[in-house]
Order: sequence, then structure tokens, then C-alpha cells
Amino acid sequence: MEDSLLIKTRDLVKVYPMGLEKLTALDRVNLDFRRGEFSGLVGPSGSGKTTLLNIVGSLDAPSEGSTEVMGKRIEDLSHRQAADLRNRHIGFIFQTFNLLPVYTAYENVELALLLLGLNPGERKKKVMTALEWVGLADRARSRPAQLSGGQSQRVAIARAVVKQPALVLADEPTANLDAENSHNILRTMVEINRELNTTFIFATHDEKVIRYLRRKITLVDGRVERDEIIEQPTER
Amino acid sequence: MLIKMALKNILGAGIRTWLNVVVLSFAFVTIIWSQGLIEGMNRQAEEAMIASEIGGGQYWQAEYDPFDPLTLQDAHAPVPEPIQALIDRGRAVPVLAVPGNIYPNGRIQSVVIKGIDPGQTLLNIPTSVLADSDIDLPILIGTRMAKNTGLRVGDLVTVQWRDVNGTFDARDAEIVFIMQTSVQTIDTGKIWLSLENLREMTGIPGEATLVTLASGSNEPPEVAGWNFRSLEYLMSDIRALVQSKSVGMAILYIILMLLAMLAIFDTQVLSIFRRRKEMGTLMALGFTRARIIRLFTLEGAMHGVLAALAGAAYGIPLLSWMVHTGWSLPDSTDSYGFAIGEKLFPSYSLGLVLGTTVLVLIVTTIVSFLPTRRIAKLKPTEALRGRTS
Repeated sequence: MEDSLLIKTRDLVKVYPMGLEKLTALDRVNLDFRRGEFSGLVGPSGSGKTTLLNIVGSLDAPSEGSTEVMGKRIEDLSHRQAADLRNRHIGFIFQTFNLLPVYTAYENVELALLLLGLNPGERKKKVMTALEWVGLADRARSRPAQLSGGQSQRVAIARAVVKQPALVLADEPTANLDAENSHNILRTMVEINRELNTTFIFATHDEKVIRYLRRKITLVDGRVERDEIIEQPTER
Repeated sequence: MLIKMALKNILGAGIRTWLNVVVLSFAFVTIIWSQGLIEGMNRQAEEAMIASEIGGGQYWQAEYDPFDPLTLQDAHAPVPEPIQALIDRGRAVPVLAVPGNIYPNGRIQSVVIKGIDPGQTLLNIPTSVLADSDIDLPILIGTRMAKNTGLRVGDLVTVQWRDVNGTFDARDAEIVFIMQTSVQTIDTGKIWLSLENLREMTGIPGEATLVTLASGSNEPPEVAGWNFRSLEYLMSDIRALVQSKSVGMAILYIILMLLAMLAIFDTQVLSIFRRRKEMGTLMALGFTRARIIRLFTLEGAMHGVLAALAGAAYGIPLLSWMVHTGWSLPDSTDSYGFAIGEKLFPSYSLGLVLGTTVLVLIVTTIVSFLPTRRIAKLKPTEALRGRTS
């Protein structure tokens, strides 16, 4: 596995104004993530997991400190540059799947490729490959309403990995799934991580996910409380 | 790419899209229909007036003022040579007009007595009926005049006028024909008789009040003592009248457009509030805000395109049918002052249809764009949580 540095945060602070008060979501977070990691941000609600994921994903900007993703400082990126970074290098998986209801599974996955300037033939090949990775090639024409929760999340995974990004950020990906489906999609992500050397970072407090992690970063009140390498994930 | 996405999104919205499309297509068709009526009214009135009264323009004797009846008695002069040459070539027809009275059924009715050559074919007036030599003084009137006076074909009516010296004279005349015409100005308050008869009655041989040129006449010569009134000048009143009628129609289609645009605006506002998570997802996938604004604007604008197609589907057969069968007008329309007859035939030019389509599409696009400006302020993280910034 390649050991190059993918993400670097230094003294990262995120403060949200709450009326006259200020809420510190992240408090001087210093973390490095390397290519191919399968790591997770764990902690109770409000500990800053999603905020950190959003900043790393260039969806949000820090209040102080710096975040470098693939050598680019997030706080210096324009809106357009941030969009380009996400488009080319970052895949997202959300708790509520966020599939567009009027599109088929195929079209939802294809959405991630539309801005990359690929021709339709190339797109089709990549989309079908991604759907095969998640075992849903036969449901390509189904709309989200015709898919189960587990299937919908697998389509979302296919959408996140179809462009073979360096980084996939997954925010509570199993929160709406039962145990069986959770393990299925986690196994899929582990396989993708191994095959494509894609870095996965989860924000989760789901024990099922935590058992698959090879690095567990515990956040409490916006601070890194523990950063552990797990040599032998228990998985199931 | 955005077009495909926008089309997919609005078709996926189902009934909401189709309700908007129906309302907008109704506005489309109604605007074109009403504009076609106005154009048809204009065209029909102009054609009828050109054919029956004003031809390709008129020479007016210098004293003649159709809006001042008191000048009519003296508004006549010998037809000058250049105009007579046109008359001789069949390119013009002289008309002598004098004020007078008729006495139908014991009542007095002021009229303008008009003398015209019975052999003329330049104007669409059945003057040949005045050539009947068996009748002492044949006269021709229109249906409106007949209705107002109660006169019928074969009736005798006393006609009174003043001759060139101002002396009153009177004769009995016989109604030989009642013409049906859409042009009120040659009907109401007018009686027509042979030009030579009127010249003889008034003692002004060889004179005329006005001379109507054949339509298509160009570069008429300048003639001393006579003013040339162009087609443009003679049509200005009727065009102003049509214009005033079109204002009423414009109000109708502005209301329709407002309703349609309100529906589009409402849908766009609703979309932007309901589809924030979708916007957040698109942002996460690398769409810029500008691209999302374009997508949502395109969706709104596509309502206009779908409405144009839907409007074409039922509008083209409907409007084509109206063009062929015309629109029967109620009797009261006659009092509008238009020469449009019993049926109005709308006229739909390519320019009208394309112009209206482009106008509606532009307005729809603008209305679709306005609410999407909120997206420019939307933060991806807020959007993903389904909130507005």
C-alpha cells in the first residue's frame, strides 16, 4: 500500500456562531491521513466528526488553521476550485443515501462522471464496472424508490467510487441500515479500499462500522482524544 | 448534459410540471389567438376599406373636410387634367358629394348624396345598378341605411339638395338596390346615385369632390387645388381604432401571462426549498453553484418549451380551423366602427407565432431565473442538511 500523505490538518478550528454565543465544533485538530487508509472519526453526537469530514471534503472552510487535501489548502480554494477538487478526487457517501429520485441507479452513478468530460462509451463502462463492484449491475435501470435501503446505499457507494477518487468520505453510512446490510456495504467498501487503494474516512458512532476500521480517531468536544491504529480489525 | 438533466427533472416532477405546462400553453395559444384576431381584424378592415372606399389613396378638393359637414356644400371643383387622365385610363374614379335630406315615410333624414360613375369597377360598390335607364332617378343605399330609414327596394323617397346657387330643389328617387357592405362609411347616412345625375341636379357639370385612385397607384402627381391623401393617411383612423381594441386584448394576455408566470415562479420557489438536499448532493459531486443555477433555470425555462409543444399540439388545429371557418360576430360588432363583416377571420403570421413563442420563452426564463439566485448564497453543508443558508 502506498504510504503518501493525502490529508494534513494543522491547528484546525471551526467555530459556529449561535446567536450571541459561539460553538467550537473543532478545536486545534492535527491529523494526517495517508493514501489507502480505512479510518474512522468516532465519538458522540456534536463531537465534530461531520464538521471535520465537511472541511476535508472542501464542503466547508475552517475558521482557523489549515487543511491540505492532495497538496491543496482548502481555505485558499475558490468555490470553483473546491468544486473541481470534489469532482475529480473526492467521493461522498451520506447517511440518507442522497440519490436523486427521478434518476435510475445507472444515472445516479453516472452523475459523478458528467463533469469529467468523458465520452458516453467511457462513462457507460465505468458506471457498469462500479455497479458490478457493489453487485447491482442487474438493477441499473431501477429508480431509488424501487431499491431497498441497502441497495440504495450500494448505489451511493458506486457513485462515490465510480471516478476512482483518491478519497471517499462517508458520513454515518450505515445509520439507516440493518445489521446485514451494514456488513454487506462495509465489506464492499473494504474490497474497494483494497483493490483501488482508495482512502476511506468514516464519521460514525456505529459499532458495526468501527469493527471494520484500521484506524480509529476518537473526537470529543472537537478535540482528538485518541488516535489508534487497529492492526487486526474484528470486522464481524 | 444540463438539458438532459433538466428535462429528466421536470418530467420526473409529474403532475406539477404538467399543470404548469397546461396553464402556460393556454396562455401561449390565447396570446397567439388574440393577436391573430387583432391582425385579422386589421387586415380585414383595411382590405374592405381599400376595396370599397379608399383604393390606393384619394385626391380631395381643397375645401373638402370629411369631419366638417358645413364645408361639403362648397367642396367641389372641376376635375383637373392630370386627374382626368387617370380617370380616362380607368385608374381613378371621381365622386361628387353634396349634403342633402331624404324624407322616408314622412320623416326627414340628413344624408350625404354621393354621385359616382355607374360604369366604374374600381371600387367594390355595385354601381352598375344605377345605370338602369327605365328609372328616372335610381339610388343605391346600404343595409344599415335601409334599416335606419325603413326603405326597401322599389320604394320611392324624396331627395332634397341645394344646387350650385344655393337653391333648394327636390325629386323623387327610387331605391334600386340595397347593398351589403362591411364598410359603414359608404353606407350609414349615404345615398348613391349616378355622377351625371348629381352633376345635373346640382348644376356643376364636370366637377367632383374627391377622386379615388386604383389601389397600387404610386407617385400620384401634385395637382393645384387638390390634396392627395395617401393610403397611410386614410387608414390612420382605422388603425388607431384597431390599436385601441388591441389594448383590451393585451390586458387579457398580460393577465394570462401573469398567471402562467406565477405558476412557474411558484414551482421554482418550491423546488429551491424542497430540493436543497439534491443541490447539496450536486455540490458534493462537484457541481458549482452557477451550474446548479443554470440547471434550475433551464428546468423552469423548459416549461416554456413543453408548453410551446403542447400549445402547438392543440393550438395549430384549433387556430387553423378558426382561420378557415372564421369567427361569427354578433350584430353589435357593427357598432365598433370596423369594416370586418359578419365573420372575423384571424390572421396568424409566422412572425406573430415565432415572436410570441420567443417572447414567452424569454419571460419564462427570466421568471425561472429570479428565484434561483438564492442558490448563489447556499452553503453546501447547509444544503446537504436540507436547510437554506
